[in-house]
Amino acid sequence: MAGHNHPSYLKIYITLVILFIVSVAGPEVAPAFGVFAKPIVLLTAFGIAIWKAYLVCAYFMHLKFEKIYAPYILLACFSLLFVFFFGTATDAMFANGHNWVKPVSEEAAVEEAKARSYVLHGSHDDHGEDQHDDSDGADHDDDHDSGDKEH
Amino acid sequence: MAEVAHAEVGHGDAHDDHHEQSFWSKYVFSTDHKIIGFQYMFTGMAMALIGGYFAYVFRMQLAFPGNSIPFWGTLSPAAYNSLVTNHGTIMIFWVAMPVLIAAMGNFLIPLMIGCDDMVFPRVNRLSYQIFLLSAIVLIISFFVPGGGFGGAWTAYPPLSAKAEYNSTPFGAPLWLIAVTLEIVAFLLGGINFITTTMNARAKGMKMYDIPMIVWMIVIASILFMCSVGPLIAGAVMLLFDQTLGTAFFDAAAGGDPVLWQHLFWFFGHPEVYVVLLPAFGIVGEITCTFARKKLFSYKLILYSTIGLGILSFFVWAHHQFISGVDPRATYLFTTTTLLISIPVAIIMFAYIATLYGGSIRFTTAMLFGLAFTGEFLLGGVTGIWLGSSGVDIYLHDTYFVLAHFHYTFVPIAIIATFAAVYYWFPKMFGRKMNETLGKFHFWGTIIPFNGIFIPLFILGAGGQHRRIYNYQHFPDLAGADMQDMRVFATISLIVMLAFQLVFIANFIISLKKGEKAGKNPWKANTLEWITESPPPHGNFGETMPTVYRGPYEYSVEGREQDYWPQNEKPESEPS
Amino acid sequence: MAHQIIATSRSRTGIPTGRLAVWWVIGSEILIFGGLIASYLLNRFNHGPSWSIEAANTNTFIGACNTFWLLTSSLFVVYAHAASERRDAAKTRMWIWLTIMLGGFFMGFKAYEYTTEIHHGFTLFTSNFWSFYYTATGLHGFHVLCGMVIMAIIAEGDIKKGQNWHRVENIGLYWHFVDIVWIFLFPLMYIAK
Repeated sequence: MAGHNHPSYLKIYITLVILFIVSVAGPEVAPAFGVFAKPIVLLTAFGIAIWKAYLVCAYFMHLKFEKIYAPYILLACFSLLFVFFFGTATDAMFANGHNWVKPVSEEAAVEEAKARSYVLHGSHDDHGEDQHDDSDGADHDDDHDSGDKEH
Repeated sequence: MAEVAHAEVGHGDAHDDHHEQSFWSKYVFSTDHKIIGFQYMFTGMAMALIGGYFAYVFRMQLAFPGNSIPFWGTLSPAAYNSLVTNHGTIMIFWVAMPVLIAAMGNFLIPLMIGCDDMVFPRVNRLSYQIFLLSAIVLIISFFVPGGGFGGAWTAYPPLSAKAEYNSTPFGAPLWLIAVTLEIVAFLLGGINFITTTMNARAKGMKMYDIPMIVWMIVIASILFMCSVGPLIAGAVMLLFDQTLGTAFFDAAAGGDPVLWQHLFWFFGHPEVYVVLLPAFGIVGEITCTFARKKLFSYKLILYSTIGLGILSFFVWAHHQFISGVDPRATYLFTTTTLLISIPVAIIMFAYIATLYGGSIRFTTAMLFGLAFTGEFLLGGVTGIWLGSSGVDIYLHDTYFVLAHFHYTFVPIAIIATFAAVYYWFPKMFGRKMNETLGKFHFWGTIIPFNGIFIPLFILGAGGQHRRIYNYQHFPDLAGADMQDMRVFATISLIVMLAFQLVFIANFIISLKKGEKAGKNPWKANTLEWITESPPPHGNFGETMPTVYRGPYEYSVEGREQDYWPQNEKPESEPS
Repeated sequence: MAHQIIATSRSRTGIPTGRLAVWWVIGSEILIFGGLIASYLLNRFNHGPSWSIEAANTNTFIGACNTFWLLTSSLFVVYAHAASERRDAAKTRMWIWLTIMLGGFFMGFKAYEYTTEIHHGFTLFTSNFWSFYYTATGLHGFHVLCGMVIMAIIAEGDIKKGQNWHRVENIGLYWHFVDIVWIFLFPLMYIAK
């Protein structure tokens, strides 16, 4: 693709690294914003992922300077994912019917996940001693014996 | 692009090294697109024999339950399930796909667009080898302990996911691996077809000069490539469920079994059009050639095909109306399903309009082509009932559905394939097939075909469920009148299978003793008819053809001949 | 092959045939990874509370390091392409091998991450979140591995002999795609908790 004036690769790379740092820092600083914490994390995580993907596609993959066929091929494939996602979501996201009981209730799943969580218990080695230093319902651990999975 | 600019006559040196090649390098490890096309065709036909044999065995069981079946013995329920499953899988993945897309695409695309081979000949060979491996894996799966997979070709979990349910601990994973390998083979082949047609067309061949069958095969390849991705992801997940014990599709552990149905049918419905489009293309070519008329509204057919392709991604949930899809969503999928009949109808009407006022020649190929149009119409029309979510609640999973899709798939995979073989046999092997035997074979195929499936429509509307081993266990379905229809269908099947011996005999006799065909036996326009029959290695000899006009210039006024080959120079141009 | 195929040298679209095929391969790969990610998302929305607790156990530091390796390797592979357009074999090979090295870093960190997670009791079978985690990152890791092997073959088999220069660009496109998949997997698996 000689002859095209694309910006220097290094500049694009530096932009990518800055974006990457912002996306990692997002969840760390977000709690300071109170109710906006969640939208901010989503934005720094996925908004920046899309931005980064655009930069890589446009400049590293030269899609900006490629014949028009190539971006169309990729966009067509990408948009089909949305067709699949939204078509399937009509079924997967509306699973709560009158005669439908989920075999595994979300509450039970949450308890199980908490019981085996490594983060909630500090480190693995002292699991079992410091269950109560985390307020998020770690006291339910007694009901769910996760020990068999870990040992 | 510097690499394009060089002159395309550098072929001379190719003819210097026509040294004697061994059998292996010429027919087994060849990278020539024609040989690979034949490999696909003969493998597909061999698999068709296996699939047909399976159909014979389980139809015999349904007609004469419990009796010993000639050439098989007594059929157990587990073996029945396995036969039904593998009949479906083989006929779609190992017969329709390789013969219609891979064999026809490999043989025809380079010839019709005027180049010497596929753009990636070695990828092409790899594609066939993976395909052959997949067929071997599938055949091995019949002989492992527990037998071949018996969870229906759609492989719905949890039946397919756990060996304790399907009781085929080895058959199920092998089946899944075979299907995945087959998909990989066709991804490689499909990308080859698409790039070849996009990049390697002959000089002067513009978008609207491409023969319709090439368009159709390319669009089918694109559909296949775009729809199969989620199924590959799903196949990996299902394989993990089967072999490692994950719970992607296990509701008891928080998984979602209906998700597999979505992943499967997101591929499965476009797949119908993947095999339909090449059949449409074949029939289009044949109709034009033997009606000696220009294809009616080339552009409209092309745009309808593209619209059909796009719409086919929006209809998949009509297979799942009673699987728990939200009833509001079924409105959407019913609407798109009914909409998709419009482009199909446009193509059918365009073919019928092509016939109007033509001087029709009833060769065997033309008869098969016309039969395709008629029989597929029946299959398509019955699909409209099934696409309506209300009617589908009653008809779902009955023999009505079965008869419906056999009325689409048999015209696609059997009738259109025969049309193609009768039409291109002279180009493939240099000799014509015997017309008398051909017509005998034609009537012997079409009449029993209707004899099989019309009774099944009636049985299905009467409430006969699919995938049942023995209907005598159901008082409502065990009546003598229903049993008579089952026997009639089975006898029709045996007659139809027997008439295929005529085809095989005709094929072998014509291969040796058929009438020499010459370059252009049917007086057709497209580029494959300007070269020798069979085409030499490199297809067009010293110079590659140049294209001056569209592929369907038949019976042009003011010309001596009623055909006008694409590569013939116009008189206005100095030679 | 007895002779050069004419078909391969033609280019009606203006895109060289090899690159056009790579675009189609990437298109189909988008749908393979996309199907998996879409399935993951559907489950994630359905099991929000429990999955976010599970996701908290992934190691963000290692995920971030791996993102950094892949981003940097993307830069290196572009430099390899630029060098290949100048027909500079030594530079091309150097950049390709640096890319492979970063791919190796990625795989090494990945291996360490898997080890610690399995050590903490999170295996493929622990719950559906972990099944998706291992399947998606495993499939991605397989692509990284394939890319590394193909790049090594190109560097030693082609560039050393000064032939098939266009392959550097084609493998670069594939490598960028693998990078982009990770760009999406990173927030999905490591950041959104």
